Amino acid sequence: MNDAAYARRRKVNALMFTLTGLCAAVASGTLLAILGYIAWKGALALSWSFLMNLPKPVGETGGGIANSIVGSAKVVGLAGLIGVPIGVSAGVYLAEYGRGRYAFAVRYAADVMNGVPSIVVGLFAYALIVHPMKRFSALSGSVALAFIMVPIVLRNTEEFLRLLPGTIREAALALGVPRWKVTLFVLLPTAGRGILTGALLALARVAGETAPLIFTAFGNRFWDNGWLNPIATLPHTIYTYAISPYEDWHNQAWAAALILMAFVLAVNVATRLWLRPRST
Amino acid sequence: MATTKIDMRPMPLPAEPAVTRKEMPIAISVRDLRAGYGALPVLKAVNLEVREKTVTAIIGPSGCGKSTLIRCLNRMHEAIPGAVCDGEILLGGRNALEMDPVLLRREVGMVFQRPNPFPTMSIAQNVAAGLTLNGVRDRSVIAETVEKSLRRAALWEEVKDKLDAPGVGLSGGQQQRLCIARALAVEPRVLLLDEPCSALDPIATARIEELLLEIKEQLTVVIVTHNMQQAARVSEYTVFMLMGEMVEYGLTRQMFTQPADKRTEDYITGRFG
Repeated sequence: MNDAAYARRRKVNALMFTLTGLCAAVASGTLLAILGYIAWKGALALSWSFLMNLPKPVGETGGGIANSIVGSAKVVGLAGLIGVPIGVSAGVYLAEYGRGRYAFAVRYAADVMNGVPSIVVGLFAYALIVHPMKRFSALSGSVALAFIMVPIVLRNTEEFLRLLPGTIREAALALGVPRWKVTLFVLLPTAGRGILTGALLALARVAGETAPLIFTAFGNRFWDNGWLNPIATLPHTIYTYAISPYEDWHNQAWAAALILMAFVLAVNVATRLWLRPRST
Repeated sequence: MATTKIDMRPMPLPAEPAVTRKEMPIAISVRDLRAGYGALPVLKAVNLEVREKTVTAIIGPSGCGKSTLIRCLNRMHEAIPGAVCDGEILLGGRNALEMDPVLLRREVGMVFQRPNPFPTMSIAQNVAAGLTLNGVRDRSVIAETVEKSLRRAALWEEVKDKLDAPGVGLSGGQQQRLCIARALAVEPRVLLLDEPCSALDPIATARIEELLLEIKEQLTVVIVTHNMQQAARVSEYTVFMLMGEMVEYGLTRQMFTQPADKRTEDYITGRFG
């Protein structure tokens, strides 16, 4: 009787073990599958001229996405310049001074913002900038992406500052250093690596955002002209090409996806390596 | 656990020194100091005088308010959310509780229970932090202060060849002396130490005790300690605290040989605590 129960238990154990292992394989395998498929499809259309040239007029084959690569760099770069300082400052406020209702409201708003669909953020930027200015622009795209970055950077900054031992804060205060200097010159540098990592990951995250750019940055088949004109970006170009009826554009969309993916992956891996705890 | 008869006599005045010796002038005078956290009182009307260029030890069981008392002296107590503090702490004629806490802390330095060098800074940068963070740029002044402070903290010989190495790479005892050097670098008149040896081994502890006997020639030292032997070894005056009250204050030798209060005697002889 006991032996039978034991045998049955062993079987159930083996079954469940296999099941959970399989699920884990599915979870991580998805990433590998996506990476592999994009690399395979993308590599077919990838070439030097693809990276260095403008798109050809509709109907002609060939051409490249140089303007989208530069455009993405510009839009994401400006988004970082807007979003990171706001996010870091607000994170410092929450971690160091934030108490009471206002801080609670800010923290809550940031968490809600994190969950707002990105297309809604795009609509908001459209209403805020595109509509009053009567033009699609790189600037409006950057602002939309910055809105997405702020809550991520903010919560990350707060988290890393809170992880610092209170004794560091005390040590600096006890030296007769004003509180703002303690925060700026002692606490921020100590948490610096973590905060910077968060900012980079937020940049990588918004670099892949498409929805907020559809009616802000809008896309452009030529070199963009300043910050107040429509601009091409990688995710938006992928979107446009992928839903087009042309076989050639489909292939180019895969190649563009490969480049975007490589960038995001490189940032992720680089920050992980950088943040890895080192032995002292 | 032996039951202790609670002494209901009024709190005794600070004991008269048994032998007349040169009395140093009063550096800090605490009057009716009450402090706590929110509605929870920790200190109940503490009165105390600390003499210049002496070591005063504060002893007492856990939770008696020793740390709160010492943290009030340079107003680090206020750094804790919800902390309240009321009374008078006279320091050179001024009430410390009405001073700018930033300026007060430059005169009243502090060393904490756990060594806490700044993790991003080298040994030299740690020592100089109090200067550089307050805008001193002159490199020769900084280098001079670093050496002088490390010498005063008896650490110079051990670290003079690796001033650019990270401060957190030192041993625990060295880190604590580094923290003492850092506190001394801003030239305080009073140095507060909150159980500075509780995380250290006996040898590192002995070095710090030696060091305290040296630096008290130049400044006033107040040390909180759990260790009664340590109080006996390093201090001239001892304060015994119990449940937020100052029970007895006097010359260390006298307190350890003929305490005026029964509770002090019970604590010192190990009947509780």
